Parts: sequence; structure tokens; C-alpha cells
Amino acid sequence: MIIGSLLLLGLFKFPLWNIMLGAPQYPDPLGMNIYIQGIKGVQEFDLQNIDGLNHYIGMKTIPKAEDMWEFSVFPKVILGMATLGVVIGLLGYFEKLSYKYFLGWFLLMSVLGILGMYDFNNWLIDYGSNLDPHAIIKVTNPDGTPMSYKPPLLGFQKLLNFDVTSLPHIGGYLMFIGMALTLIAFWIGRKASLQKT
Amino acid sequence: MKKILKSTLAIVAVFAAFTSCNNSGKSSNSGALSSNNAEKVYVAPGEHDSHYAFISGGYSGNLTVYGLPSGRMFKEIPVFSQFPTNGYGYSEETKPMLETSYGFVPWDDSHHPDISQTKGKLDGRWIFINGNNTPRIARISLTTFETEEIIEVPNSAGNHSSSFITENTEYVVAGTRFSVPIPQKDIAIKDYKGNFKGALSFISVDPEHGHMDIKFQVLMPGFNYDLSHPGRGKSHGWFFFTTYNTEEANSLLEVNASQNDKDFIAAINWKKIEEYVNNGGGTMMPANYAHNVYDDNTHTATSTMKKEVRVVNPSEVPGAVYLIPTPKSPHGCDVDPSGEYIVGNGKLSANLTVHSFTKMLDAIKNEKFAGDAYGIPILNFEDVLAGSVEQPGLGPLHTEFDGKGNAYTTFFISSEVVKWKLGTWEVIDRKPTYYSVGHLTIPGGNSAEPFGKYMFAMNKITKDRYLPTGPEMEHSAQLYDISGDKMELLLDFPTHGEPHYAAAIPAEIIKNNSRKIFKLTENEHPKKALSDADTKVVRDGKNVHIYMTMIRSHFSPDNIEGVKVGDKVFFHITNLEQDFDVPHGFAMIGARNAELLIAPGQTRTLTWEPEKVGVWPFYCTDFCSALHQEMQGYVRVSPASSDIELSWSLGE
Repeated sequence: MIIGSLLLLGLFKFPLWNIMLGAPQYPDPLGMNIYIQGIKGVQEFDLQNIDGLNHYIGMKTIPKAEDMWEFSVFPKVILGMATLGVVIGLLGYFEKLSYKYFLGWFLLMSVLGILGMYDFNNWLIDYGSNLDPHAIIKVTNPDGTPMSYKPPLLGFQKLLNFDVTSLPHIGGYLMFIGMALTLIAFWIGRKASLQKT
Repeated sequence: MKKILKSTLAIVAVFAAFTSCNNSGKSSNSGALSSNNAEKVYVAPGEHDSHYAFISGGYSGNLTVYGLPSGRMFKEIPVFSQFPTNGYGYSEETKPMLETSYGFVPWDDSHHPDISQTKGKLDGRWIFINGNNTPRIARISLTTFETEEIIEVPNSAGNHSSSFITENTEYVVAGTRFSVPIPQKDIAIKDYKGNFKGALSFISVDPEHGHMDIKFQVLMPGFNYDLSHPGRGKSHGWFFFTTYNTEEANSLLEVNASQNDKDFIAAINWKKIEEYVNNGGGTMMPANYAHNVYDDNTHTATSTMKKEVRVVNPSEVPGAVYLIPTPKSPHGCDVDPSGEYIVGNGKLSANLTVHSFTKMLDAIKNEKFAGDAYGIPILNFEDVLAGSVEQPGLGPLHTEFDGKGNAYTTFFISSEVVKWKLGTWEVIDRKPTYYSVGHLTIPGGNSAEPFGKYMFAMNKITKDRYLPTGPEMEHSAQLYDISGDKMELLLDFPTHGEPHYAAAIPAEIIKNNSRKIFKLTENEHPKKALSDADTKVVRDGKNVHIYMTMIRSHFSPDNIEGVKVGDKVFFHITNLEQDFDVPHGFAMIGARNAELLIAPGQTRTLTWEPEKVGVWPFYCTDFCSALHQEMQGYVRVSPASSDIELSWSLGE
């Protein structure tokens, strides 16, 4: 339980998510790493180059950390959850607290995670479809509506000449492993308490 | 005459033996063999070649970059010649590179590239090349693949026995082909003998930045100094120069300089002279020569004139210079990877002479001299001779080594490459070239550690090798696989200009160092503009300075008014891209210099002197993006008497 929640702290060092954009002209794909504190380019000038290309289709520039409330709230939430997890873990270890709290932490973290994903997806929708009406290149869907350049939340999508792949990154995987560990902790706790009775 | 006939017949006989032998070997499985050769040079689309080859451009004045084994040309690097393709030598930033004591010299004849070395091994930091006509040495960066520095060589004329690198790149050495009066003066040409001298220049190379400085010049007798090579390993500290015209003839050299049975290889103990000079030896002599340095951060070259050079007469440093008799006007002077053997390619000799460094030291120690020339001791031919390759071919020019104990010599007259063994001097194999081969190159083949997989021969005559293109044709080169006992011809490819020599290196040593962009944060150009806020147009008398930016897909500003007939307009343009392979071009209608090609993060300046009233367009010449065709703008030119104020805008 303690290890599991401490793994959340990996998010301060490693990106949560990663979006890579490859194209015929970009055999070395451009990429952005999404950290809980902000968005960084995979290579030094990737964000600048993504923005440069996006200006043709009227997308806004990639937000700076100070432009989105999420990047100040997320670190606090993660730090809070990690601390809470450690406290629950310690109390559980000294049998001051029921193992059921482990599950409670997991469920709370899952709800927060889903809310975070929902928020992230909303941003992607806005980023991909809230376009400058004076955009140089306007592409419409067959039904006449403007095409959305929303990158996928998870997986692969073709957007014009770009192949876009969106996957969790190291920080994200550490978080999932951490959450899984807390579930295991719950299961071990449950097994132990069942044996006692 | 009879003798020549006889030896020719003998060679023909040898040829016949070899060819018939080869034929019988090949006939059984020629199909399999030839397809095998195709595979050996096939680099699949998107794959990379295993080696870079840097091939001199001769009268193009430049250096070309090829891939091996495919023989594909990747780039022409402008060195000594103006290059309208990217504005080198036309832009204000690069014009100083071509300054000399003769003024602006926008061309040359580039001959012998050599890659920098550490401990005798190619380190792939820089490549040096000589300008033969207006004596200069250039240093080219192997990270930017641009010419970074050019130094003029005073007292030299026909900078041919250049540019060769000592085993830790202590010096790049430049020897003169023509001897001349030093200092230059108005004397009768027939007074050549005894009055003309040949300057051999040792140019130090700063180990960190590569900056060149002439440390000293050795003023040698008035011979012609043809080619040179450094000692290595045991002979490190010595330098060897072939000479011809030891007759000191000043006219009809084809006859008068071919009379002596033997010319010399001059052996120079540069360590000894360096020590002498470090202790204050030599004489500072007035001179005038240009030193041009390009800076990657200011993106600008500066040219300064140097006013003196240190000269040393061999007689001042006893024991530093010796002459080794070598038959018949030797051309190439090549030292094997161990440093023991010095090959003199006597171009009019039937045999190939190989000297022994150890024997040379013994002869010097025992003071066994055959005489002297202008006070320089001459050693006995027999005392220094290691051996000779008997009748290997006609017209030996140049030899390189595979690191496996074999040497490969080109024969201009019999148009072939001959492989022979060091020590036993036996001929192992011979293969024809097409036609009349000059130099050959093995990657690292003139270093302590050759990479003996490929060898290519650079020919002087093309004739029927390719589809005809009128009287003037590119030259041909042949690539051979030398990994086996016998050389195998793999590929025939055209080369640009007239390649005199090349240097080749495994790709992995340099390819990951190749720059992709120049960082804007490191741009220190005084006229840069890093954003729209920096763009402006400033009048300074008749000079109008336009600070402009370019990014996909517009110039900023792109509408400029207030320029007048008689003004001199300077477009200072910064490419704001920070993305690999997104240069932009700049072309102004009627510009009488060139267009510019500006790399990401770079600033370049083009001058334009408008002569006609009107509204004149400019545009991007490099197809940069889908909106490339929209990347354009206008300059309004008003009459000289007009009082229209300068104004500039974008998107209004």
C-alpha cells in the first residue's frame, strides 16, 4: 500500500501521457510529453514545431503551464493522494485501520483519475476543434462540418498527413502499477483477516 | 626503346595470363557473381551508406560528399569558390572567406582533402583541403559540413603538396609546387637556378577550435614539391615530400625536368625544427596573407591580413632535413600504417621504390652521405632502399594501404590499380581502371588504422563510360571490394569537377555529430531579428538595412516602402525555424549577386542596389511548405528625389 502510493510520486519526474505525431515529412516524429505540471516537447523544439504546423489549420498554441488551472491542481491532488495512501498504509500496517480503507483509497484514486481523464479529453476536444475561423487550411468532413483535429485520448488516429499515437508514459504506468499494488494490498489484507476469522 | 617494348610485351603477357585465368574462373558462375556485386553496392531506399567519401572538386574549388558503397552524391560543400546555390561567397557574411592578399578570389583548384586524426586514427572532427592556385588551406567542420576557416599561404605558388595532417593534427602541411623568388622580386626568369626557393609550410591546428596559424616555413631549394605525407608511429615527427625538377629548369619542364635519373624525397624532421622555433629560432619575415575565420554563432566570417611569417633555412637546423634519391619525378609520397615504409611513386619509372625509415635513420647516424644540395645532405639510394616492386605497371602515381600488409598503387599510363605486398614486394593482383587513374582512396588508407573494405579509383578520363554529354564530361570513379585476396570491381560512378584525391571514413564516426539546426538562442549575429518585434527598416544615409524574419510561410515584414533609386539595400534575414531540414531561400528580382539559402536559426545578408522605380517582388526559393508559393513580398522603389518615409508591414 505504501509502495503503491509512493509510486504516484513518479508523476513529478516522469510524464503521465505522451502524444507522438509522425508524418511523411517527420520520420522522426514530433512529440509532446504531458506531465502533471505542464506539457513539454520530446525534443527541444517539438512544441514550437507542432505549433508552427498547427497554425495552418488554425489550432491554438499548446498551453503553457500557467495557462491551465489543471497544472497547478494536479500536483497537489497527486501529492495529497500519495500522502493519504502512505498514512492509510502505515495505519493499516499497525492494524489501527481496516484493510477496507485500502479499497477506499483505490476507489477515490480511480474516481479522481477518471475525472482527470475526462478533463484531459475535454481539453483535447477544445484544442482539436476550437479553430481559428481564418485558418489557412480548412478541411471539412463529408457532411460539411469542420474536421476536428482532436488527438486520440488513447491509441492511434490518422489526422490529415499525421499519424498520431497517444499512450500513457512512464509516470502513467507507475501510477497504474501503484494503484494495482494498493488493490493487491487490499486483497492480501482481506485474505489475512479471513484467515483470522 | 627496345627495353620499353620488351617490358610492355611482358606486361601484356602477364595480363593475358591473368585475364584468361579470371575468365575461366568467372565463366562457370558469372551470373551469381554479378548479382552478388549488385547486392554489395545496393543501399535500399531509406537505408544509409556505411561510409562517407569526401572527394575534392579540382577546378570546381569545392568538396563533394558521397556515400559508399552506393556512389551517391549527397552534397557539394563550397570551399574556395562562390556558390550561387546557397549564396556562399555572395552574402555579406561569407564574402570575407574568399579574401586573399590578391583581393577577392572567388575560385580555386582544390586538390587533397585529409581528415583530422588523433593518435594516427581518423577522428572525424574536421577535413582540410588545399587551394592549389591561390595558395590556401581550408578547414571544414564535419558537424556543420561548412567551411569554417581559410588561411592563405605566403611565399607559396601552386599549393600542391598539401594538405596533409600529422598524426595528432598538430600540423596541416602545405608545400609549394612552384619555386619562386622569396621574397618576390623582379628578376629574369632564367636566373631561376639558385635564386628561387620552395616554401614548405607547417600550419599549426588548435586542438580545441581547429584554428590554423602558420608556425614556420622551411625554405627549401628551388625544386618542385609534388606531394607529401607525414610519418606515423615510429616515423612520427618526420614529414616526407616528393620533388621533381631537381634540375631546376625554368622552361619546357616536360623535357628539362625529366633528365635526372633520380629526384628526391625530402625528409623533414619537423619536431626538430619545431623545437628550434620554440626556442626563438628562425626569422620573422614581412609577409601579407589573409586569415579568414567563420563563426557559427555570429554566422559571420571575418578576414584579417597577417603581416609576417616565420621562415627557417634548412642550414640553420643541422640534422633536420635530408634528401633521399628516388627514381624519376616521383608523384605520390606515401607512408605505410606502421610508419616504416615510404613509397615513392616515380611516375616515369618502371619500378616502384620503397624506402625504409629505419635504414634512413641508420644512414643518417652513420653520416653516409652521397653529397649535398645547397648544404642539405643527400643519402645514398641503396642505403635507404627497402625494396622495389619490379615492373608493376606504367606511371605509378599514388599508393594507399589496407592495414593488412598490402599496398594499392595507381598506374596512370597503364590505367590500373595494382595490389602488392609490403615486405615481399610481390604483385598480388591488378585491375584495370576506366581510364587513366590519378589517386585512389581507401577509407583511412593514409592513416595508422585503415578500414580496408573498399577502395575507389578516381580517373582523369571518362570517354565511353556513361551516356555522352558533349565534349565536357564528369570524371569517372570505380569502387572495388578489397576485402578478399583479389580486388573486385563493384561500381562505376561519376564524380563532380576533377577529383584529385578523396578522404573516406566509416559513417558512424561522424554521422551522429551532424548538426540539424542552429539554435536561435545562440545566434549572435549583430543584425539578427528573433521576432516580429525585432523587425525594422533603418536608413543610414544611402544604406537601408532591413531586419527581416522568415518562417513557414511568410517574410516579416513583406511590404516595404521608402526605398529610393541609388540606395544600397541590405536584407538581413533570420530564419526562425528550429526544425530539421527547413531552410528558406531569398531571391530579389534583378539581384546581381545570388539568392540566399538560410538554414534554420541562421542570419544571412544579401545586398541589392535598386536602379529602377517600381514595386519589386522577392520570394522564397526553397520549397519550404504547402504555402511556399505564398511566401513572397514587395519593395517599393521611389525616385531618388522622393520624400516617402520608410515604412514596413506584415498582414495589414
